[in-house]
Amino acid sequence: MPRSLIPPEFLVARDEGRCLKCKACVRQCGFGVHTDDQGRGISIDERRCVNCQRCVVMCPVGALKVTANPSVGRENAYWPASRLREIWRQAENGGSILTGMGCDRNYPVYFDHLLLNASQVTNPSIDPLREPMEIRTFLGRKPEKVSIAGPPGAERLADPLPPVVQLEIPVMFAAMSFGSISKNVVLALAQAAKRLGIMFNTGEGGMSSVLAPYREHMIVQVASGRFGVDNAYLEAGRIIEIKIGQGAKPGIGGHLPGEKVNEEIARTRGIPAGADAISPAPHHDIYSIEDLSQLIYTLKEATDYRKPIAVKIAAVHNVAAIASGIVRAGADIVVLDGLRGGTGAAPKLIRDHIGLPVELATAVVDRRLREEGIREQVSLVASGGIRSSADLLKLICLGADAVYLGTAALLALGCHLCQKCYTGKCSWGIATQDPSLTRRVDPQWGATRLVNMLTAWGHEIKEFMGAMGINALESFRGNRLQLRAVGLPQNELDQLGVKQAGEAM
Amino acid sequence: MKVVEAKGLPYRELNREVRRLLTAGEERLLLRGINGQRYIGAGLTGAARLEIEGTAGNNLGAMMDGLTVYVDGNVQDGAGNTMSGGEIIVRGSAGDITGYAMRGGKIFIQGNAGWRVGIHMKSREQSPAVLVIGGKAGDFLGEYMAGGTIVVLGLNTPLHQEREAANPLAGNYLASGMHGGAIYIRGRIPAWQIGGQVRSALTTPDKNAELKAWIAQFATGLNLDCSAFQRETFTCLTPEGNRPYARLYDHSA
Repeated sequence: MPRSLIPPEFLVARDEGRCLKCKACVRQCGFGVHTDDQGRGISIDERRCVNCQRCVVMCPVGALKVTANPSVGRENAYWPASRLREIWRQAENGGSILTGMGCDRNYPVYFDHLLLNASQVTNPSIDPLREPMEIRTFLGRKPEKVSIAGPPGAERLADPLPPVVQLEIPVMFAAMSFGSISKNVVLALAQAAKRLGIMFNTGEGGMSSVLAPYREHMIVQVASGRFGVDNAYLEAGRIIEIKIGQGAKPGIGGHLPGEKVNEEIARTRGIPAGADAISPAPHHDIYSIEDLSQLIYTLKEATDYRKPIAVKIAAVHNVAAIASGIVRAGADIVVLDGLRGGTGAAPKLIRDHIGLPVELATAVVDRRLREEGIREQVSLVASGGIRSSADLLKLICLGADAVYLGTAALLALGCHLCQKCYTGKCSWGIATQDPSLTRRVDPQWGATRLVNMLTAWGHEIKEFMGAMGINALESFRGNRLQLRAVGLPQNELDQLGVKQAGEAM
Repeated sequence: MKVVEAKGLPYRELNREVRRLLTAGEERLLLRGINGQRYIGAGLTGAARLEIEGTAGNNLGAMMDGLTVYVDGNVQDGAGNTMSGGEIIVRGSAGDITGYAMRGGKIFIQGNAGWRVGIHMKSREQSPAVLVIGGKAGDFLGEYMAGGTIVVLGLNTPLHQEREAANPLAGNYLASGMHGGAIYIRGRIPAWQIGGQVRSALTTPDKNAELKAWIAQFATGLNLDCSAFQRETFTCLTPEGNRPYARLYDHSA
């Protein structure tokens, strides 16, 4: 094979004075950077390094350091090193370049231009340590009116209420399939969801039987490949989510590389082991809003109208009109997955060049649904790159009912954002099916870390609310008056529906 | 057998009644006067038999697991969509996306089937998905197929094919992206009619036990005589590999 012309992306340095030759690095690296050279020491192949920091963290004496290679040659502002590498790789391999996680490019981040309000003197702030703060959230269709029937003294609701699902914190774990992540990680998410009183999502890979105890906290996904979709699966979920698109790869299908399709995953998905698990770009039974409506009602009929049906789309330029169509098609929950939404595998250019930031998408969809008088028919879930409780609260002020977390949840489990999920070699044992790697995440250890993180977020949300003098999250929903923007031009303020900082109520 | 008069009944009421009767233990239902009601049998399980007189609407038996559904008439789009088990037997023709992503059970259509039929069919161990079409099928038959079996017989279509002429029993883009399962179509099929990376071989029901068995079950289910096909040439399509798009992407770290 001809020699690769691509310089290593990262430099790996070993302090020989500190190194104990214990070979922990050899065992820890999923990518084969460190090799035991049989008596001559440990050799390093920097070309394989993805800078996941596993060896650095696990080295007992801190002898290792991984840094970005400062130069690949004469890159410049117009030709950054990343672009040079992509061209060299394509010249060598002829393939569309894959990547993992969400878009990492330097587009404006609206979260970082939005500031929250607080109370001072004229209305008092509330101490969340002393007074109850209501952050419980219900997802699903809300009735426009309720009628009471029955004789006096024995009144009852005339019509049954639509099914809703209760969240103790307005957060859910986003769809990540068994296949893209390991069973241990799915279990950690499921256990944490149960302990927190929130929901996790099976993703499109079907349901592993180990998830049966967590079904009260489970969203099941129906994607174009329909992997693992059968009656028992639909019955097991509290919410059924139709996946139309994903923020990391709007408009293209899903693709679990054959490397990750072992016997168990093949059985769960009903495909041959080692085969690529392909989800076609569209659902081939959905070519229109009317077709979508038929899938929504097929699922409602199949589960006797007992479960809210969610429809997840990638945020794209025409998202407001599309979301309106989805509500009119009968969806009970609309999920908007923004530009920064993560993935286990997506073509890099698709991930980085298609989509809409979730802040804008949430604002324009919420406004459109309110204008059309159909906002109450549906819950809005925002998704894609939520990094903190502040991001979460800003999205609620822009119109979301709740958010999905994917990347943040994996970070809590040890992910260091190397973006190599599609290789199946994840040294942190998250995005892999290799048993020697997956055992690195113990489900209970992982669940505890997730519970810790979200307990902190829950408390932070209450502190924000207290500072603003509002004791129910309901009062923040779509409440753009709690936001002001810094450093945004007027047309962006208009799209967000937010005033310039300095403007009073 | 319990009879449900379905004429003019909205689908939601009809299906609620069907669910109620089956839950009450009815084993055979006759739905009379069906005229386009959707989602009949969707998501139902059990061993009951539904007989339908008329034209069943979209997504008949979708996500069903169990049940035998017999239709004395045609069915619209999406019959057996994502079904897991059971049987759908249709005396007439079927619309588009019949058997989309079905992963188990059987669908027998005496007449023709529309476009995008059997896309992303799969197979589960206990009950392989099988779709037999007595007439012919439109474009994209078996696209992305990942398991199971499709058979197209062309009961009423004489085949006097010239070399390189299209086989009239299937449309274009046949088996594109196929990565599992098998498709049998009576007659020869020119390469241009088939999607890439699919292996094509000739066989006859006499020599191929699987094909013979499915034709026999189809004939029994619809009470037809298919013995004349035993020595006819069929083209058998199977995937060349199970990673049709592996080379499109650079998987290296």
